[in-house]
Amino acid sequence: MKRKLHRRSVLRGMLGATAVGVGLPILDCFLNDNGTAYANGAPLPLRFGTWFWGLGHNPGRGIAPVSGPIEFRAECAPLEPWKQYINYFSDFNAPMDGRVSAVHFTGWVAARTGTVPLRGGDVPDPTLDVLVSDAMGGNTRFRSLDLSSVGDPRDSYTLRSAGSRNAAEVSPLALYNRVFGAGFTDPRAAEFKPDPRIALRQSVLSAVREQSQDFSKTVGAADRVRMDEYFTSIRQMEQQLALSLERPKVSDSCVRPPQPAEIPVGVELETVTAVHAAMADLLVIALACNQTRVFNMLFSQSLSMVRRAGEAHTHHTLTHEEPVDAKLGYQAEVAWYNVKSMEALARFVSAFGKVKEGAGTLLDNTLIFANSDTNNAKVHSVDGVPVMFIGRAGGRLKTGLHVIGGGDPISRVGLTALQVMGLKLPTWGTASLRTGKTITEVFA
Amino acid sequence: MILTRTFARGWLGAFATAAVLTVLAGCAQREPDAAGPPPAMRRLTEQQYRNTIRDVFGPGISVVGRFDPLSREGGLMAVGASKASITPSGFERFGELAESIASQVVAPANRDYGLPCTPADAKAIDDACTRQIFSGTGRLLYRRALTEAELARFVALGDKVTTTLGDFYEGISFGLAAMLQSPEFLFVADVTEADPQAPGKMRLTAHARAARLSYFLWDSTPDDALLAAAEKGELDGGDGLATQTRRLLESPRLEHGVRAFFSDLLTLDAFDHMQKDAAIYPSFGLTVADDAREQLLRTIVQHLLVEGEDYRELFTTRRAPVSGALGMIYQMPVKDPNGWTEVEFPKDSPYRGIVTLPGFSALHSHAGRSSPTLRGRAVRELLMCQRVPDPPSNIDFTQFNNASTTKASTARERLDIHNTEKTCASCHKIVDPIGLALEHFDGAAQFRTVENAVKIDTRGELDGVKYEDAAGLGEALAKSPAVTQCVVNRALAYARGTSVGKTDNEMVSWLHAKFESDGYRLRGLFETIATSEAFYAVSAPKADPGATPPANTAALEAAASPENRS
Repeated sequence: MKRKLHRRSVLRGMLGATAVGVGLPILDCFLNDNGTAYANGAPLPLRFGTWFWGLGHNPGRGIAPVSGPIEFRAECAPLEPWKQYINYFSDFNAPMDGRVSAVHFTGWVAARTGTVPLRGGDVPDPTLDVLVSDAMGGNTRFRSLDLSSVGDPRDSYTLRSAGSRNAAEVSPLALYNRVFGAGFTDPRAAEFKPDPRIALRQSVLSAVREQSQDFSKTVGAADRVRMDEYFTSIRQMEQQLALSLERPKVSDSCVRPPQPAEIPVGVELETVTAVHAAMADLLVIALACNQTRVFNMLFSQSLSMVRRAGEAHTHHTLTHEEPVDAKLGYQAEVAWYNVKSMEALARFVSAFGKVKEGAGTLLDNTLIFANSDTNNAKVHSVDGVPVMFIGRAGGRLKTGLHVIGGGDPISRVGLTALQVMGLKLPTWGTASLRTGKTITEVFA
Repeated sequence: MILTRTFARGWLGAFATAAVLTVLAGCAQREPDAAGPPPAMRRLTEQQYRNTIRDVFGPGISVVGRFDPLSREGGLMAVGASKASITPSGFERFGELAESIASQVVAPANRDYGLPCTPADAKAIDDACTRQIFSGTGRLLYRRALTEAELARFVALGDKVTTTLGDFYEGISFGLAAMLQSPEFLFVADVTEADPQAPGKMRLTAHARAARLSYFLWDSTPDDALLAAAEKGELDGGDGLATQTRRLLESPRLEHGVRAFFSDLLTLDAFDHMQKDAAIYPSFGLTVADDAREQLLRTIVQHLLVEGEDYRELFTTRRAPVSGALGMIYQMPVKDPNGWTEVEFPKDSPYRGIVTLPGFSALHSHAGRSSPTLRGRAVRELLMCQRVPDPPSNIDFTQFNNASTTKASTARERLDIHNTEKTCASCHKIVDPIGLALEHFDGAAQFRTVENAVKIDTRGELDGVKYEDAAGLGEALAKSPAVTQCVVNRALAYARGTSVGKTDNEMVSWLHAKFESDGYRLRGLFETIATSEAFYAVSAPKADPGATPPANTAALEAAASPENRS
């Protein structure tokens, strides 16, 4: 006999406890009559993620240079169906303060950390997603899910520091096994019986923690900072184990997906596109099942090695070696790749749009910070790096707007994203990128 | 060392100065004083982890899993490891590895190797046996004896698991898994103590010295004999240290250390993700890639360790092992298609020196074509320790845009067009003449004489030395003082896990002089480093970085308010 679950009885017992960290899938019975919030008035959980593509757009071919409602041009045409969920930020700059730009590096580091690096490889401040996951990502099974569709775990632009990069999952099957494999508790399973070994694994972690505390006393101050991250990692694993002892509740969108086939990884466009799509479909279910609230997806590297099978040129080499077509006025082959990037972004967004959540979709409760590394790959320009917000962030954003920065620091965009996600930061960024000015036009 | 136009002008002059310094340093027999770097902790590399598990638990244990990649610093992952943290996802993976390894160690097939005792009852607690297992294994994993408190902690954990699951070996497995996830194992820490010989200064503990020595020469944990020597105070210097160093240098495990050093130096980890286009290079599959890496390492080990030959001759040798798969790249039959065949290429063969091996020339190429720029840059940065600047941003490509690279048939012609832009040319002229000498090898390292039906011109120049082809480039590299100085520099940095800085100049010159006087033998260089005081020297730790947090970190702390944890 099925027992009907009344939302009040559940919320009395569970929702009040969310502050101490129970991460469960969302039940419709938790929601208010409009499906826009929990019945007690608390908003639906926000998700934050990033999406990266390399080499930007050809100059002038991404978006019309007019502020206000978005007018996409040819290279962003694939995003047209999702325009009302997007804000596009152009002409925001990264002042160098006398530092030398590291090509295909400085642009994305400045946009994501609010700091211009001293040199290539230098990441002195955490990326946006790390700040967000520190603030809100600790109550789920995974602090974040970090994905790359180009086959190399090093291609991941989520870092706490140069020595602390969140390595990317590169295989859809590996992602599936990690999220939906043995450690996943299927909310639709007939019987819930926690594995007794979980409690013993908690004892293992207790021993590791005690051991680590002793060890931490023997290392220098600089290494104690690294040990702090180690302790964070232990906490995350403890959280993961604790959640596996909770009986999860059934939700409409949290359905364990079928296991994907093993598909090859690599940098050929067809492969990249297939891996990207498979990962996007797994990611949105992971979000619907509240396995994480923070994610990072890299479609192509800043120095995009993506290429067509049988072609010697990569997307990147074309940006430097393909002549500007005299009739068209732009690099036609490069443009083709740029459109492919935006087709992939549209595919990614559509996966979010398909997941029902309350009265809307996952896209209504998500903010995707999508950016590239340059606005003109041919000359390695780091000014005007394109950034987009995608999603309505639980109604906190007005969308469909193109905001032209007029050369303002690109950190204004990052600060805006952080504040939208609830981080009470008065300022963000360093040196000339330090700013306290958000982009108020997009706040709802 | 950064190459700029200004620097390039003074190039030869700089080497002349270095040569003089080398001669002067060679005159001095005494090792120069060295302050040493501050103490650090280095995350185990993937290979160190694998070697350690093999040496502690035996070769039957499979280490299956993914490791978070390390960044390179100063050209070496061994240095980047001293800045690496363990992220939440990285910890998750180390946990999976630990559980997998521990369960294999206690499996019936492996118990005889990994466990020194048998419990009286396999379903019950046996503290004596548990203590024996954890104290012996823990000593090898932590590179020191466990304290009584630590031992009690792991025994209590093992007992709890044994009681709950009714299986002694499960208790051992969980205890070992805990050890394998703890920072004492995952990080090699420079533990220090007051130096009784130098009041007010610190020195590495004997166990830390053992670990430093062992990971340098074996890329693995100290064995029982080395730990015992440390415990007897024999590693403090003098005969004891020399004896142990020679023992490690004569061990077969030295090959692991040499492989690890050159894998790091030559960035061979890039093979893990290297891809070639199957349509353009149908011969270059995964097996060829694996064999190309292995061929390069076998060549180095054979030349430097087995035969004890001059390091410089690595760049001119005509000998290399060839596998059946590589035979397709060399377009030649091999005697043993299922194994390795030692080949001495003819005197007029283009294959001469390690830069002509696929492990170098194919690695530093694009997926679908060769790259003189990537190859030239690799020679400068990896073999000569010279940093080539990144391309500048905001380049004026006006001239380049007016030319069509589609008219170019060869890489040289393409680069000639590219270099019509002066800003680009300033750096390309430093690297391209090196890489163009290797253009007889396509992106898969296959020999060719024409590209798009146009004869390839392989003439080039290295720091004033002109040559006709790859063989000439090899000769120029063998004679370049920067090449031998570079391997000394990198060996010292690799051994200590810290970049070599200006304060180390005198030490590097001294090491180079010894290297030169020894005929550029790698084993001699490693011995000099391993028995030097500089190798073990540590200076005062850096100031607490927590005192002045970066602006963004401070903001982060302020932002982590409870209401953000919904």
